Amino acid sequence: MAKTTFRIGGVHPDDAKLSRGCAIEVLPLPQVVYISMAQHLGAPAKPIVAVGDKVKAGQVIAEPGGFISAYVHSSVSGTVKSIAPRKDLAGNYMTHIEIAVEGDEWMEGIDLSDTLVTELPDDRAAILEKIKACGVVGLGGATFPAHVKLNPAPGSKAECLILNGAECEPYLTSDFRIMLERSKEIVIGAAIMQKVLGDCRCVIGIEENKPEAIESMSKALSELKYPNIQILPLKKKYPQGGEKQLIDAVMKRQVKSGGLPISVGAVVQNVATSLAVYEAVQKNKPLVTNTMTITGDCLPVEKQHNYLFRIGMPLSYIAEYAGGVPESAAKLISGGPMMGKAIANLDACTVKGSSSILYLSEAATKRNPSSNCIRCGKCADACPMGLEPFLLNRLYKAGDTDGLEANAVQDCIECGCCLYSCPANIALLDNIRLAKGQVMGIIRARAAAAKAAVEAAKSNTAK
Amino acid sequence: MSTTIIWTIVILSALGLVLALVLFFIAKKFKVEEDPRIDEVEKVMPGANCGGCGFAGCRAFADAAVKAPNLDNNFCPVGGNEVMKKVGAILGYEIKEKAPMVAVVRCNGTCTNRPKTNVYDGFQSCKVKAALYSGDTGCSYGCLGCGDCVAACKFGAITMNPETGLPVVDEEKCTACGACAKACPKHVIELRNKGPRSMRVFVSCINHDKGPVAKKACAAACIGCGICVKTCTKGAIVLDNNVAYIDSEKCKLCRECEAMCPTGAIHGVGFPKELDKEAVKARIQERNRKAKEAAAAAAAAAPAPSAEPVK
Repeated sequence: MAKTTFRIGGVHPDDAKLSRGCAIEVLPLPQVVYISMAQHLGAPAKPIVAVGDKVKAGQVIAEPGGFISAYVHSSVSGTVKSIAPRKDLAGNYMTHIEIAVEGDEWMEGIDLSDTLVTELPDDRAAILEKIKACGVVGLGGATFPAHVKLNPAPGSKAECLILNGAECEPYLTSDFRIMLERSKEIVIGAAIMQKVLGDCRCVIGIEENKPEAIESMSKALSELKYPNIQILPLKKKYPQGGEKQLIDAVMKRQVKSGGLPISVGAVVQNVATSLAVYEAVQKNKPLVTNTMTITGDCLPVEKQHNYLFRIGMPLSYIAEYAGGVPESAAKLISGGPMMGKAIANLDACTVKGSSSILYLSEAATKRNPSSNCIRCGKCADACPMGLEPFLLNRLYKAGDTDGLEANAVQDCIECGCCLYSCPANIALLDNIRLAKGQVMGIIRARAAAAKAAVEAAKSNTAK
Repeated sequence: MSTTIIWTIVILSALGLVLALVLFFIAKKFKVEEDPRIDEVEKVMPGANCGGCGFAGCRAFADAAVKAPNLDNNFCPVGGNEVMKKVGAILGYEIKEKAPMVAVVRCNGTCTNRPKTNVYDGFQSCKVKAALYSGDTGCSYGCLGCGDCVAACKFGAITMNPETGLPVVDEEKCTACGACAKACPKHVIELRNKGPRSMRVFVSCINHDKGPVAKKACAAACIGCGICVKTCTKGAIVLDNNVAYIDSEKCKLCRECEAMCPTGAIHGVGFPKELDKEAVKARIQERNRKAKEAAAAAAAAAPAPSAEPVK
């Protein structure tokens, strides 16, 4: 099959998948876990347990705080010690539930065995309810609640479910490992989601730098024989794993500015989400575990790992277990080197979407001094959303919010291609991110004002 | 040859004359009536175009001032009362004098007071840094030290002190336009009353964390203990969300709170004499003792009248 990729922009960083050979290991339980209430996009969850309560692994400990929100479950069994604000990895306060670990007792009805359940349930609403009750969120990075995405608004029809196995971020190998080791579960998860979306076709996009994953997934597919699922090898290019980029690569369709993927008939889910859906629907197991990579350019390969962690484990505990922070590490990153967040606080805890601890050397992270823009246009060439980063940067500096909106700064996906490609080392993304925040604020305020005006008109006519 | 030159001059002059006439009539017909006072007001403005008044520039301010029913809501912080008096004279409005203001940095998280917990190597801008994370110290409220306020100041009144890592306001140059306060993503800079002879007392901290957490992050943090609130006899200090705030309108500059503050978060500046903390503390203790005695005396005296039946 001809390999394909998205058509606009993109960059080619060295993929550095150093930990690709490390099989997934299960982390032992720590003494204590801290479970954050903000592990998903949208409103933070509300705790429903009290200090002193005994909880089991898989028990609901917090319920959704809004429409776009998710359930949070305890990942361990033990006693709730405190419900208090605690610093996350960026140093901002968020409510965490502290649970002292006692044994490892799971809730009844959760199937922890390895037996494959291939029989698909029929009731669409029941599947969605289960996905929601198990707190499944998108594990590709944005942690958008899966049940919301899998339930498109009436009137829109999903034509294609795209499974994201691109893992385009350098260094990360957790998706690669699950595609090798849990390929059948991922395929069943995809079949379940296919069913929920009304028997649409399904394409699993995998980048060509992971031939073993393509092979293993193809094998699982041919053994399980679900109809209408195919594997599409993709050319290696960053940010292929971006939702809109993957849709373009697979379906050759562009999502228009401000539109949702469903507007072109696409629903994109990560392979890890597919695995979580399988566990939720077939095994009744809530999303309390995920896979993460411990890697980096200053970590010898024998010290690199892919771990199955329980949500709420402190990063410091995992780092310690993996052999400590190497001395040559200049920067610790959670997530990939392109879009991940620097870890300012190693006492922070893992969340549903945690994908790695990355130890980067000074050579890999050092930012060279910036000079003036020479209008070479490399950033505009690299931007996968077709924006002009140099222009947005200039408009931001001039404070021209109208100009920023006209030039679609709100479409920026913050992938960092502009910053990566700029020969003058200009802080393009830093400024564009702020500009995007400003413009999004204006757009939201405008929408709220319009809504209020409509409601005021309605109440006037009612009188 | 000479005829060519003559014809050229004649034609161009005629053309110029005709066009001038056209322009003259157009200018007359489409004349925009503008209040001449706008020009007059603009002339007396400082001309800094800093935007501190809330308008795009001095001309926009003049335009708004002419159209406004009074000048209570229009004030040029750069020109201050003098310029506003001139504006009032032109427009025939009365001017309410405003106390002069100055930008005050409410953070004393110097490198020694507030040790770094991590290293920030990103783009040197407070706004960018604040958008990324809580900062490179244990305090998530204080100054980030990248100098957005320095860049925002059009009067060169703010400089970074490399030793403390904090901005320093030059009071002579500061016009209280408020650009620095707007530029600061942490709202560390506040415009405060300059005070009589530039003397003022303020809390140099905005850390809302609870006492032990704040104290651990920074030795000079306000820990929200409330001693200053109890000490103040003028009711000028309020404690809100673990941080004290001194109302400059009510403060009478007695500096008792400054003497009593356990962490030194309260700063008195511009005073001619150094504060003798021990003397002030002794004075407060003496006052408290007397008050206690008076209260005890009152309590002792209180039952006496009731013993005698009221006639």
